[in-house]
Amino acid sequence: MTALLEIDRISKSFRGLRAVQEVSFQVPEGQVVGLIGPNGAGKTTCFNVIAGVYHPDGGEVRFAGRRIDGWRSDQVCRAGIGRTFQLVKPFAGLTVMENVMVGALNCSAGVRQARRKAESVIEQLGLADRALQMASSLTLPDRKRLEVARALATDPRLLLLDEVMAGLRPTETDQMVALFRELNSKLGLTILLIEHVMRAVMALSARVVVLHHGQVISAGTPEAVTRDPAVLECYLGAEAV
Amino acid sequence: MIARLTEGVSQRGLMLLAALLAALLALPLAVNDYLITVLILILYFAYVGQAWNIMMGFAGQLSLGHALYVGLGAYAAAALYVHFGVSPWIGLWLSMAVAAVAGAVIGFLAFRFGVGGVYFAILTIAFAEFARIGFDHWSWLGGSAGFFLPVANYAKNDIVSLRGSPTMFYYVVLGMTVAGFILCHVLMRSRIGYYWLAIRESPEAAQALGIDIFRYKMLAVVISAAMTSLGGVLFAFHYNNLFPEQIFHISRSIELILGPIIGGIGTLVGPIVGAFLLTALAETLGEIMLLAGIDVPGIKQVFYGVCLLIVVVFLPDGVWPPLSRRLGLDDAKAKRREGSK
Repeated sequence: MTALLEIDRISKSFRGLRAVQEVSFQVPEGQVVGLIGPNGAGKTTCFNVIAGVYHPDGGEVRFAGRRIDGWRSDQVCRAGIGRTFQLVKPFAGLTVMENVMVGALNCSAGVRQARRKAESVIEQLGLADRALQMASSLTLPDRKRLEVARALATDPRLLLLDEVMAGLRPTETDQMVALFRELNSKLGLTILLIEHVMRAVMALSARVVVLHHGQVISAGTPEAVTRDPAVLECYLGAEAV
Repeated sequence: MIARLTEGVSQRGLMLLAALLAALLALPLAVNDYLITVLILILYFAYVGQAWNIMMGFAGQLSLGHALYVGLGAYAAAALYVHFGVSPWIGLWLSMAVAAVAGAVIGFLAFRFGVGGVYFAILTIAFAEFARIGFDHWSWLGGSAGFFLPVANYAKNDIVSLRGSPTMFYYVVLGMTVAGFILCHVLMRSRIGYYWLAIRESPEAAQALGIDIFRYKMLAVVISAAMTSLGGVLFAFHYNNLFPEQIFHISRSIELILGPIIGGIGTLVGPIVGAFLLTALAETLGEIMLLAGIDVPGIKQVFYGVCLLIVVVFLPDGVWPPLSRRLGLDDAKAKRREGSK
């Protein structure tokens, strides 16, 4: 299996704070990889480096064989990486349909085609009955769904999900998990997800990468990672091990 | 073609638009020259307000220096006409080009170096001020003493040189307003319109969805500037005199954005409704004051201020959104927006 996304020793500091230090991992084509770690571990910084929000201080990001570190986020998106934001950023003054259409225009020849694409994505995410509502009127779980819908509408090869399950009820989480499974198995969509909801991480991920203080401390199957003493220590403290 | 243009407009809306257009076309038959000049002013503000709205209402970039584009457009076409006898219909292309370049320079400086919000607004003011001071000292264009076009011969209308009666100017500016309205309608239903709205709502999210925000913001400034400059051409040929102190003055920039603010920022009809309300009311007030023998300097400005206050307090979205609901023209979107409050 070839790696669709390769993170090669990337580092990123904010003034004195070394948010990410020499982090390396790979996301194989067609796989779901979970990125976990305690608060402040550098997960979102990692995402933002991949998505083109930050330029890394060192290291390389390769996507489908091309170096993409230093690209702008719109270029990264057009290259085939869709992302969601941990703090949702809906286009509040637009309808759900218009929100998703903006994403769909990325891969559509025109507005009509984008509308059709948006309709099908909205249907998939279970937002059909809210399609004409203003995004500002949505509840938080629906806003999370909208984030996913918008990113999916750009027709990505790799989807970066930043805590899209946070704040969802267990049944809603299960629905989301089922959706990502389907996207992964039927369309072969590769997914890299940051998640605190372990129920989702364990159910979805083939591999899990654990970050702590900006460094990779463990990587492997979900089962192996959860038994790793280093992981237990960073989550529960040394005395728990 | 027609079907595409009217897509997304309700039957009722189309009928009302057609009726309004018919009334505006027939109006010169019924009113005197004074009212025609007032109507020219109204339509002029509706047109430039529409142009400004592209930047602020659609792309979310606040320009407080749009007088720059009016002035550049006015001077470019007027200079070609006075010095070289070039028809304004040819001159207007130079006007648009000059304004577009000016807009591109401001846009490049701002968007390339991440100048946004109020700082962007200040940059636009600064450039209008540069132009005001620069033109004040440019003797080829009359400098601060003003630049004058040969006064119109009212006996015959010369549409090629834009010399003629107020009625002729009225039809010209009406044509511009209609064309501007249609252009904005088409833009808003195209990719560029959706991208502008996305950038207005959240630049980060827009960029994450693959939008080259620098490029689309540049497009907004350039289109808005070129469109505004045509207002300047009309201004020059209608009023026949240009003074840098007036045409580039910040009060002119503010004046032209009041229409869309009162009418409804980001709506297509807002700038037109706002221009009608403000100009018509200000003129009426002027008349009333005159009849009552009250000659208070600056009363018009005070009235503008009060109007703005009322709208900001009672109609924060402008006059048009609630008015369109009252007229039964609201799309489902407006209804839901109301419902969600």
